[in-house]
Amino acid sequence: MTWIPPLLVAIPLLSAAATAGLDHITPRPIQDALVIGAATATTALAFVLLWHAESHEVVEWFGGWRPHHGVALGIDFAVGPLAAGMCAVIGLVVTLALLYSLTFLREAARLFDALMLVALGAMCGFAMSGDLFNLFVWLELMGVAAFALTGFQVERLGPVQGAVNFAITNSLGGYLFAIGIALIYARTGALNLAQIGTSLSHGPAGGLVIVAMTLLLCGFLIKGAVVPFHLWAADAYAVAPAPVCAVLGGVMTDIGLIGVARLYWSVFAVPFGHGRGVGDVLLWLGIATAVLAGTMAFLQRHLKRMLAYSVVCHIGIMLAGIGLLDSAGLAGAELMFLAHALLTAGLFFVAGILHVDHALIDELHLRGRGRGSWLLAAAWFAGTVGLVGTPYVGIYLGHGLIDEGARPWVLALLWLGSALAGAALLRAGARIFLGWGDAEEELLGRAIEEDPVERDVLRPLLVGVALVAVVLGVAISIVPGLGQRAEYAAERFRDTSGYAATVLHGRAVTPPASLPVSIRHTSLESILFATGTTIFALGLALAGLYRSRLPRGISRAASRTLAPPIRVLHALHSGVVGDYVTWVAVGTAVTGGIWALLLHG
Amino acid sequence: MSRRMRMLVLGPALLGLGALFAWAIAGLAAFGDYRGPYGFVLNRVVVPLRHTTNVVMGTTFDVRGLDTMGEEFILYAALVGVTLLLRDETRSRQAERRTSRLDDDAVRLVGVAMIGGGLLVGLWLMAFGYITPGGGFQGGVLAAGAVLLLYLVGSHRDYRPFRNEHFLDPLEAVGAGGYIVIGLAALVSGTAFLTNLFGLGTTGTLVSSGSIALLNWASAIAVSCAMVLLFAEFLETYVVPLEPGDAAS
Amino acid sequence: MSYLPYVVAAWICLVGIAGMATSRNLIHLAVCLTVTQSSSYVLLLSVGYVKHGKAPIFVGTKVGSTAADPVVQALTLTDVVVSVAVIALILALALDAHRLSGSVDPDGIADISG
Repeated sequence: MTWIPPLLVAIPLLSAAATAGLDHITPRPIQDALVIGAATATTALAFVLLWHAESHEVVEWFGGWRPHHGVALGIDFAVGPLAAGMCAVIGLVVTLALLYSLTFLREAARLFDALMLVALGAMCGFAMSGDLFNLFVWLELMGVAAFALTGFQVERLGPVQGAVNFAITNSLGGYLFAIGIALIYARTGALNLAQIGTSLSHGPAGGLVIVAMTLLLCGFLIKGAVVPFHLWAADAYAVAPAPVCAVLGGVMTDIGLIGVARLYWSVFAVPFGHGRGVGDVLLWLGIATAVLAGTMAFLQRHLKRMLAYSVVCHIGIMLAGIGLLDSAGLAGAELMFLAHALLTAGLFFVAGILHVDHALIDELHLRGRGRGSWLLAAAWFAGTVGLVGTPYVGIYLGHGLIDEGARPWVLALLWLGSALAGAALLRAGARIFLGWGDAEEELLGRAIEEDPVERDVLRPLLVGVALVAVVLGVAISIVPGLGQRAEYAAERFRDTSGYAATVLHGRAVTPPASLPVSIRHTSLESILFATGTTIFALGLALAGLYRSRLPRGISRAASRTLAPPIRVLHALHSGVVGDYVTWVAVGTAVTGGIWALLLHG
Repeated sequence: MSRRMRMLVLGPALLGLGALFAWAIAGLAAFGDYRGPYGFVLNRVVVPLRHTTNVVMGTTFDVRGLDTMGEEFILYAALVGVTLLLRDETRSRQAERRTSRLDDDAVRLVGVAMIGGGLLVGLWLMAFGYITPGGGFQGGVLAAGAVLLLYLVGSHRDYRPFRNEHFLDPLEAVGAGGYIVIGLAALVSGTAFLTNLFGLGTTGTLVSSGSIALLNWASAIAVSCAMVLLFAEFLETYVVPLEPGDAAS
Repeated sequence: MSYLPYVVAAWICLVGIAGMATSRNLIHLAVCLTVTQSSSYVLLLSVGYVKHGKAPIFVGTKVGSTAADPVVQALTLTDVVVSVAVIALILALALDAHRLSGSVDPDGIADISG
């Protein structure tokens, strides 16, 4: 089965070359079929790989360069069930986005499709790669494709700004990552993750390794839009066309976190794994991201910007799960990724349909316009409830697994983040589809409108794709056996010495004992928190809708206390790339400084 | 943030980063004291195993061939992206005027000589890339530069036939896609993706190193087409060629 | 002297970031990004240098003689191509920004925020 991992990269990339190169030659229907066919084939192969990877670690050494006495010469793809699962979901979301864009975007369709396929291949490569520089190559490839796709609507300044902010910040992150690679290479003389990990077990881990770790992990955290590196995300998602947002927000941003997890557990757990220093910083960054992004989501009126902050909020929760450093936390992050990717994609699809229907994307302008679109409303509310984490819907199972290892106040903060983001989406849904709420709200700032790309679309196809995404996402929490398999996958992923033995010496993995096929039990605490969060989100949404009807005293006190911090938050997210670069420098320096204090000696 | 605030925040951040870098540098081996196994092993095994005397190229196209495949596609994606971003048909462009032709004969002569020289050196770098220093990338960029010189030294009309996109787009796709097809050929024949399948020939001659030579050519084609097309995209945001018979000014 | 190349790499990186954060022109910003990236080239190549080593090209030299590390050279080659790709995209965006707003000042094209 080692022939599958290369195909997951080769098929999309080859099809991308064929699509763009044969642009003037083949007729449209054939090209559409080629594109959808390539994406579907990749997804199907990823599922086959997932099924096989559960009992084997699938390791493919490219060019036949196998390791010799523990020295890896070539590049490898090392695929366990976690990585294979990532590829499957990535393939699914990209296929849905390509189906959606068949009629949603007709202009420059061939170029668009080629870039989406390139992004698919790059993300799969990133998820599977076991070599440090190879990770950098896939990171840059997906970045290049994404920057161009973000700037798709070149007739307006907004997309140009969003694409510039995205390109500059993420490229800077990539180059910091490259400096980190040079430092680690100097220390270990290796680029293979397993070999680096083994090499770091000899001798103390000095400043060189700590600084290298800072640069490497911050590079991925910038990609993953974690506070304070998250500023580019809302700008980019606000202006990219809906199918691009679905791919960016659903899978591409999250994949940075998988990179962090892979680097930690194959390399840095060796020198630093006996303490919690690395994990605690990640945990704190995750909590800060969840709460800040949740708040920012509630302060938005542009639907795609709101969804962008919701994405960042959930990324924070997933990072916190990784930072807990246990199997349940990692499994929880994995399951959240599955549900979140599909649900977010579905919501972006719905936002796109609303945009096409009414030529509006602002929540207040769309007030009441969605009345009568029952399918869209159902999709939106189902997706929102799934993202809030109501018991046994959507992200609940993942969140519940993360809760198991977390202290009570960590739990509370993470559920708070969920609640804030969920409240924003519920508020928007109620305003648009039910017509509730005030017509004006000055705490939300000014409106940003834009024209849709295409008006002539095949609406049933768009609605169908959105519904499929949402239904799949919602169902993640109730798929029997998924929770246990996720935990097993996480155990395998965390097994540093096992990974090294399998990759460098070909030792086979013991297949799992038979895993139960039942819905995994979560703690009573989680159920209580989840229910509480849902109620809190509903209440907050209502408060947001009807702020003018609150008693005057409360309303005025609320404005007076809330307005200055809100102004500060809006000012910080300034849209100016110079500020973003500054925050990247600050964030990297501070994270490095904290790790230096916690880990040296 | 205002610019002043930005400087105030940036200063300490850069100092902090500088301190971290200094700490890292203190842990590095001295310049020239490379110890790691990777480079030493490759220097010993690549020549006998792959019959190529340029170990850097052997590493790029064989040992770490997957990285190069990704890199090809980064260039390809950038080309597609730039085409996407600069596709606006309605932008107004200045028509190229006859008077913008280079008048000075001496400069034109030197330029024309450079075109020929550049093209030759580029082709030589591509062809001998796996024997002496050089390679598909370096040669491709030089050859593309020679084509651009055509525009600088002559006029847009002289340069136009060489950037015919109906020819270059498929050729570019062949270059980039060809790399993957060669890799897939290995997969289909039962070995790992990108295994060096073809006869290894005699070290030091043009017929050596198996699929490294083919991959070298694939990337040379892809890179030269990509660079010509990239230049063309940027150039044509400013210039529209005069049709024959138009007035001179 | 034996740490100078590394210090140079660090300096280039910091100067590049400073330039990016304070830039008033998108084209200048793209070039600063390239400068920051070139610090990674300098660092990679310095790390792979072997004292008294020749280039890792064995035409006429015996295999097994001291030679520099070929891996970092291959990595730098890839890095350079990445930089070309990214700068091409950012320049294309700068052209679009100029066409739409008449300015290439990053502070000036901040249309969306919050």
